Amino acid sequence: MVTLTLDRLSAHYGRRQILSEITTPTFAGGQIVSLLGPNAAGKSTLFRRILGLLKGGGEVRIEGTTRERPVAYMPQETGSSAVLTVYESVLLARMQGRSLKVQPDDLHEVDRSLNDLGIASLGERDISDLSGGQRQLVSAAQALVQAPEILLLDEPTSALDLHRQISLLGILRRLAREREMLIIASLHDIGHALRFTDQAMVLESGQLVACGTTEQVVTPTLLRHVFQVDARIEPCSMGRPQLIVEAAV
Amino acid sequence: MSSDTTVSTATAREGEFYRSLVTRRQLILAALTLALGLSLCVDLALGPARYGLGEVITALLTPDNVSPSVKVILWEIRMPVALMALVVGASLSIAGAQMQTILSNPLASPFTLGISAGASFGAALALAFGVSLVPAAVDYIIPINAFVMAMLTAGAIHLLSMRRGVTIETIVLLGIAMVFIFNSLMALIQFFASQQAVSAVVFWTMGSLTKATWPKLWIALGVLAFILPLLARRGWALTAMRLGDAKAESLGINPRALRLEVLVLVSLLAAISVAFVGTIGFIGLVGPHIARLLLGEDQRFFLPGSALCGALILSVGSVLSKIILPGTIIPIGIITSLVGIPFFLFLVLSHKKASW
Repeated sequence: MVTLTLDRLSAHYGRRQILSEITTPTFAGGQIVSLLGPNAAGKSTLFRRILGLLKGGGEVRIEGTTRERPVAYMPQETGSSAVLTVYESVLLARMQGRSLKVQPDDLHEVDRSLNDLGIASLGERDISDLSGGQRQLVSAAQALVQAPEILLLDEPTSALDLHRQISLLGILRRLAREREMLIIASLHDIGHALRFTDQAMVLESGQLVACGTTEQVVTPTLLRHVFQVDARIEPCSMGRPQLIVEAAV
Repeated sequence: MSSDTTVSTATAREGEFYRSLVTRRQLILAALTLALGLSLCVDLALGPARYGLGEVITALLTPDNVSPSVKVILWEIRMPVALMALVVGASLSIAGAQMQTILSNPLASPFTLGISAGASFGAALALAFGVSLVPAAVDYIIPINAFVMAMLTAGAIHLLSMRRGVTIETIVLLGIAMVFIFNSLMALIQFFASQQAVSAVVFWTMGSLTKATWPKLWIALGVLAFILPLLARRGWALTAMRLGDAKAESLGINPRALRLEVLVLVSLLAAISVAFVGTIGFIGLVGPHIARLLLGEDQRFFLPGSALCGALILSVGSVLSKIILPGTIIPIGIITSLVGIPFFLFLVLSHKKASW
């Protein structure tokens, strides 16, 4: 099973330090981890650093895999004016680094990704015609089609309506379990993090301020100091932890 | 989000959709190839002496079965010009297609990035003052000057675009700045040059296929044959570039490196073409747009489609340049713009979907 450990990871843009000394416990496949933090905390930078798109100190240790590219990444930006159908745009994400000839396996993987996310009916549509939420789901399919062992999702629910937010996170949790895939998703909705993620990392100003099981990490104290809201966490009628925000500090 | 039943139905339907999409595109490519063959035959048939299509095809397939004069006219005089139309059309269209792709800008083309203007300036130096930028045989001073200036222009854009913080919008602006600089320099040359030299410069900048010869054709074809597979090999990466730099990076592509590499390759294609036939601005802009309307932007179809569309436009332009005013061959650059642009506008305005 794949594992990921961040060891004193740093990143900088020019002379500006964005991340400093991020060290995490080992995350194993089969889990979904939320990456939390206020705006400009360094969440997207951390994803780019894990992918090797940014230079910096420290080490990203990925073990338990023999694949050359075990990590897939869904960035925040999803807009494009390209004249491509949804099906083609997902296929091309699958085909990077492969020959020009499409194999039946590749088509199967495209179908599977679209079906997993419930967007098979969008296959024939041009990507430029899609709504923001649909584009976000297609972008998730482009990451999923690479059959990754580690999946990094940058705000995957930011453009989705409430129904689709819940559906997507439920699907991702199921896929993480079924495929022993490690999913790390940056989320702004801490209620979703509580409900759907096993572990949480909290960043503030480029530093890791908390990391552990989501229920241990997300506390009223943390919400007050990092997110500057007064909130409490209570079990809902189904016994799940539920976030109740009272006011901004 | 979907029940199991809808999922299985959707899978079958999607597989079917993709197969039919590929088949449709292959048919379009085949139709373009057929139209190109026909246009080539008509182009060969037309001229001061007109031949029937049957005679042309016989001369092409079994040259020994036609009279020596027909053979000489078709093979030695008209063939290099007709084939040059195909090669230059394909080269300029591919150059425009890839510039539009890597810069994510529908207005990008060798013309708008200043490469054609640079070539015109190089040619004008030779035509007006006999200046040779590098030592060359007399016959080749003009194209070599044009080529050198086109590559220097492309080189300047590359160097500036490698600077930190330069965006794709900046690259396009740099190209437009180049166009204005070279236009001013051209005006300066025309101000100081003799009347005869000015006429020569003006004629050169109109673009004309009659400058074509077999050796020039082989050079242009060789460059095209060298660059086409290099671009084809990067087909998936180039298609992904249209999804934006962030998405391309997430797929393991280095957008800056790919952009520079492709800019070098297509600058070479454009420079060779402009050097040999003069400025033909319309093809590099419109050929790719027509290909995009017909085939979308999957490079496996878009790249050959752009080449075929560009070649077809210039070949049809060559035919029209001979028949509009019988006995006169109008410079091809004028024809492609005058006839091609209304046709292009018709295609864009009558198409239901946005083409960019």
